[in-house]
Amino acid sequence: MFKFIAGRLVQSIFVMLFVGAIAFTLFQFVGDPVEQMVGQDTTQAERDELRERLGLNDPLIVQFARFAGNMATGDFGFSYQHKRPVSQLIAERLPATMELAGLSIILALMVGIPLGVYTGLHRYGVASKVIMTLSLIGVSLPTFLIGILFIYLFSVILGWLPSFGRGEVVNLGGWTTGFLTLSGWKAIILPAITLALFQMTLVMRLVRAEMLEVMRTDYIKFARARGISNRAVQFRHALKNTLVPVITIIGLQLGTVIAFAIITETVFQWPGMGRLFLQGIRAVDIPIMSAYLVMIAFFFVIINLIVDILYYVVDPRLRVDRAGGAN
Amino acid sequence: MANTELTSKTATPLTRSVDGFKRALNSDLFYSFKHSPVTIVAMAVTLLIIFTSVFANLVAPHNPFDVATMNLLDSELPPVWAEMGDPKYLLGTDNLGRDVFSTILYGSRVSLFVGFTSVVLSMVIGIALGLIAGYKGGLIDAFIMRVAEIQLSFPTILVALLINGVMRGVLPPSQHAELAVLVLVLSIGLSNWVQFARTVRASTLVERNKEYVLAARLIGVKPLFIMIRHVLPNVMGPILVIATLGLASAVLTEATLSFLGVGVPPTEPSLGTLINVGSDYLFSGSWWITIFPGAALAILVLAVNLVGDWLRDALNPKLR
Amino acid sequence: MALLNIQDMRIEFPSRQGTVEAVKGISLEVNGGEIVGVVGESGAGKSTIGNAVIGLLEAPGRMTGGEVSLHGERIDNLPFQTLQKIRGRKIGMIFQDPLTSLNPLFTVGQQLVETVRTHIDMSESEARKRAIEMLEEVGIDDAENRVDQYPHQFSGGMRQRVVIALALCAEPDLVIADEPTTALDVSIQAQILDLIRNLCKTRNVGVIIITHDMGVIAEITDRVAVMYRGKIVELGETAQVLGRPEHPYTKSLMAAVPRSDVKLDRFPRVTYSDGEVKQSQHIDLKSHWLGENRNTYTNTEGPLVRCENISMRFTSRYSLIPSWRQYFNAVDDVSFDIKRGEIFGVVGESGSGKSTIARMISGLYTPSKGKIYFDGTSVSDLKTDKELDPFRRQIQMIFQDPYSSLNPRMRVFDVIAEPIRHHRLAESKDQIAQIVEDLLEHVELGRAAAWKYPHEFSGGQRQRISIARALATRPRFLICDEPTSALDVSIQAQILNLLKDLQQALGLTMLFISHDLPVIRQMCDRVAVMQYGKLVEVAETEALFTNPQQDYTKRLLELMPTLNFEAAV
Repeated sequence: MFKFIAGRLVQSIFVMLFVGAIAFTLFQFVGDPVEQMVGQDTTQAERDELRERLGLNDPLIVQFARFAGNMATGDFGFSYQHKRPVSQLIAERLPATMELAGLSIILALMVGIPLGVYTGLHRYGVASKVIMTLSLIGVSLPTFLIGILFIYLFSVILGWLPSFGRGEVVNLGGWTTGFLTLSGWKAIILPAITLALFQMTLVMRLVRAEMLEVMRTDYIKFARARGISNRAVQFRHALKNTLVPVITIIGLQLGTVIAFAIITETVFQWPGMGRLFLQGIRAVDIPIMSAYLVMIAFFFVIINLIVDILYYVVDPRLRVDRAGGAN
Repeated sequence: MANTELTSKTATPLTRSVDGFKRALNSDLFYSFKHSPVTIVAMAVTLLIIFTSVFANLVAPHNPFDVATMNLLDSELPPVWAEMGDPKYLLGTDNLGRDVFSTILYGSRVSLFVGFTSVVLSMVIGIALGLIAGYKGGLIDAFIMRVAEIQLSFPTILVALLINGVMRGVLPPSQHAELAVLVLVLSIGLSNWVQFARTVRASTLVERNKEYVLAARLIGVKPLFIMIRHVLPNVMGPILVIATLGLASAVLTEATLSFLGVGVPPTEPSLGTLINVGSDYLFSGSWWITIFPGAALAILVLAVNLVGDWLRDALNPKLR
Repeated sequence: MALLNIQDMRIEFPSRQGTVEAVKGISLEVNGGEIVGVVGESGAGKSTIGNAVIGLLEAPGRMTGGEVSLHGERIDNLPFQTLQKIRGRKIGMIFQDPLTSLNPLFTVGQQLVETVRTHIDMSESEARKRAIEMLEEVGIDDAENRVDQYPHQFSGGMRQRVVIALALCAEPDLVIADEPTTALDVSIQAQILDLIRNLCKTRNVGVIIITHDMGVIAEITDRVAVMYRGKIVELGETAQVLGRPEHPYTKSLMAAVPRSDVKLDRFPRVTYSDGEVKQSQHIDLKSHWLGENRNTYTNTEGPLVRCENISMRFTSRYSLIPSWRQYFNAVDDVSFDIKRGEIFGVVGESGSGKSTIARMISGLYTPSKGKIYFDGTSVSDLKTDKELDPFRRQIQMIFQDPYSSLNPRMRVFDVIAEPIRHHRLAESKDQIAQIVEDLLEHVELGRAAAWKYPHEFSGGQRQRISIARALATRPRFLICDEPTSALDVSIQAQILNLLKDLQQALGLTMLFISHDLPVIRQMCDRVAVMQYGKLVEVAETEALFTNPQQDYTKRLLELMPTLNFEAAV
């Protein structure tokens, strides 16, 4: 167990260093930070002095070490565009994105997994075919178009739900939440569903494929030959075996949802990190871009670590093989 | 393959090609195509859209980019069947008085062009890296696949946005509009190679240990040759599937980027740009400016997805 | 009244090309405490019978006629719910591959308890007690503890015991075993067959064993049904059918089974066949291009191949930290010579390292330690293609799996022509075409085969294509790695005969690898026995079979299934 976790941690650190290197390269080669920070009338001497003060004349490796250290302590530098610390900007917008992404992923899993199991078990049923066709349409409709259609239908025509913003929020010690007010709930419904739809179809299709795969195995056939009831075969034997790959999918989806939030946040003018990032891209605001990159990588690493530990719990084969022999 | 001229010595080229044609008509793939009406329709729709957009300048009733024919008095006209509709404009006009139907045709051309070229780009990169990783193994493999894994954990759209942002930072602002399409192709292409690489690698790992590859190695065939002549033809099936589904997703990514305002500029709009521009007029009730390009995009992507889905099932021997 | 009675059963598989009748009206009875074998070659339809009896025919297959009765009651037309009560409770099933038959995520105990409680009204703790008893009964030591282990913690043979425990735990009256020992090594096979036989007799259970292996039939069954193309051609007491077969198909089948007791010059030709028999012309190998280079090698001193202390170590687990790495010695310090013109056999169970040796000699693997000499040159030291190519031309290999040894995207012509083109052995394209056609004629496929793709051929035909490809470089040394283990016995006999003829006509030296002792006896001049990567014994074939020196060899020979019925064919 220890070796296994230790190995994973080492890998995670490598991933973070790799992504950190990309973020650092952005700083090095895209635009000149000094140019971004000074005005037109700054003299060359002042510029040189600023350059020296920022440590831009140090050897690359020293700069990278400083950069990594800053990142690790949550110091992402100043935004060129907003002229404020990036960490502050992110802290303000993080709750909005997390609430949206969290609600969406719960929606996606709660609907996607049961539908996937159902269509996997009743492959030739009429309902399955309808669901599969609908899911294909869901995959083919771009997220932003669904958002626009929702706004047109529920905000413009019906006027039931707001088309932008988070509604009223309550500040809980630095974390702003929309879940405590009615307007907050109203505001999150459309963006959350928009964001969830695409993930839902993906989760459903993957669970279905996995289910079909497992139902073909010898041990399912053998279980049937022993007279085990259909229910037990499907929900005990098959479902548990589909669990392993499904955990991976969910892990990957969490990261995807956060990134896909960029689009949803833009359509619904949701004040989250995604919009911040997009504005950063448009304005080539490197500190924001690299901070976002590092943050997403960090999420990914954490999620992956959790997924690996879950594997360990679900699959007894790993417990023995990787921990170096239990018997 | 390499022996075409040789085979013709023992059988005439005509009978051989007829033979090949018969074989194709009799193949399991064609059989499953014939028996899937949905796929036939999807294929027809895909080909129709490709055809009309390639020949947009011949098919379209108006040239939406010809300033001379534009008439601001005709702006925001609804579709023909609506009360205020003008028979000249089938699907109505946009805010500049351009025919929506014609802009869709021209827009699809840009979308499809970006889609195709970026898929080809990812395919070339992905196949090459996947073959090398799978066949060589060891450190090269570990490195390529780690990078792929890291990139895969970032969704395509995010990677594309990043690459896009970086390139806009590197290029002088004056050239942004001119090079927009190139930037798009590069960012979508570079963000999609992982799928190809992983699939090719996985198949290569399987094929590499098959005995026919061992036999070729025993003969002394060089690794590069083995990869191209023996391994690649046997992994073409999954590649074709990914390429088809990848085309759908590339068109979507392009539309999304354009919608987010970092894609094709409005001067030479793609479907995404059209939707983006039109969405501003949604609240004033001119729904057709954004809904029709949106529908065109959805139909195109759905049709391509359906073909890709069918191809995947038809080529998967386990499902038969 | 018979325990199980199958009357005129018919099974069809509708497909695109039309409906295939897999089983064409068979009738069979099984009594309690009796073991009935169903034997036949691939495609005979034997496996579908077992599945049809318990209603598990895979779609689109269906039973189109006949009746199946258990204890005199019809069971083939029962509704799903009722059928489920029969599965496991009345009829148990054992499948071929123990590695995939058990659910990997549940302990052995959980799977046993679940099965018991599905059929018998029992408390959890009673069922668990029953599970432990069952494991003990099938010969698993320390059942108290092992009941809580997962399938992957058991070896292949042990898993098959667990599968048998699962099949028997609800006390069925009938057990259908579909190739229960095919995936197992000879020594384990004998144990499992003993176990099935004992359980059958002590519990008075009827058993149907479905197999392609005459050895299994001879070893364990009371009666046997011989199937050919969906029909039972002969049915009777095992000793009777095997000893004095009456139907011509049974006769030819028995003739094709390699004899373990005496070495024959050739395998008797299997004469019975419905199919078309191709008449092909053999070429005179000595005067043909294929035999041309026989005189170019003048060196006749010493052995053709010499292996000096070769070892092969694989990394079973890689880690950046060297001391965390784990290795596995597939071949451990092995030395032997292969003389010019002989057929040298290597025999051993799975994991003994015999295939690794073949791959090292062929040059696919480089030994971790030791040297391999070919015709006096140390080939392990050669690096560049230029140095290696002459040796590659002289050493060729025939692989085990006819379905993966030919590139499915290449025409047979290109498959065979590739080595000729690569080594530039022919002067013109016409000559290449001529050689390929001659080769195909000689391996009895006919020249038309050149324009087809591999999937259009059967396993035996593909193996012939492999042989043609191996011959196309005009090799002196041919490595055969289990060349017939994936084939039916009748096809095996043909392929072995072909290899023998070629070896004699072309004066080839051959390395012949097999797990099958009778095949080794028929084919080889000298034999090496391997176990766990080490060489146990090397001897002349006849000496080894009549007077083995080592304990392991003796044991292997004892376990070898024999077909010694008095009046053998």
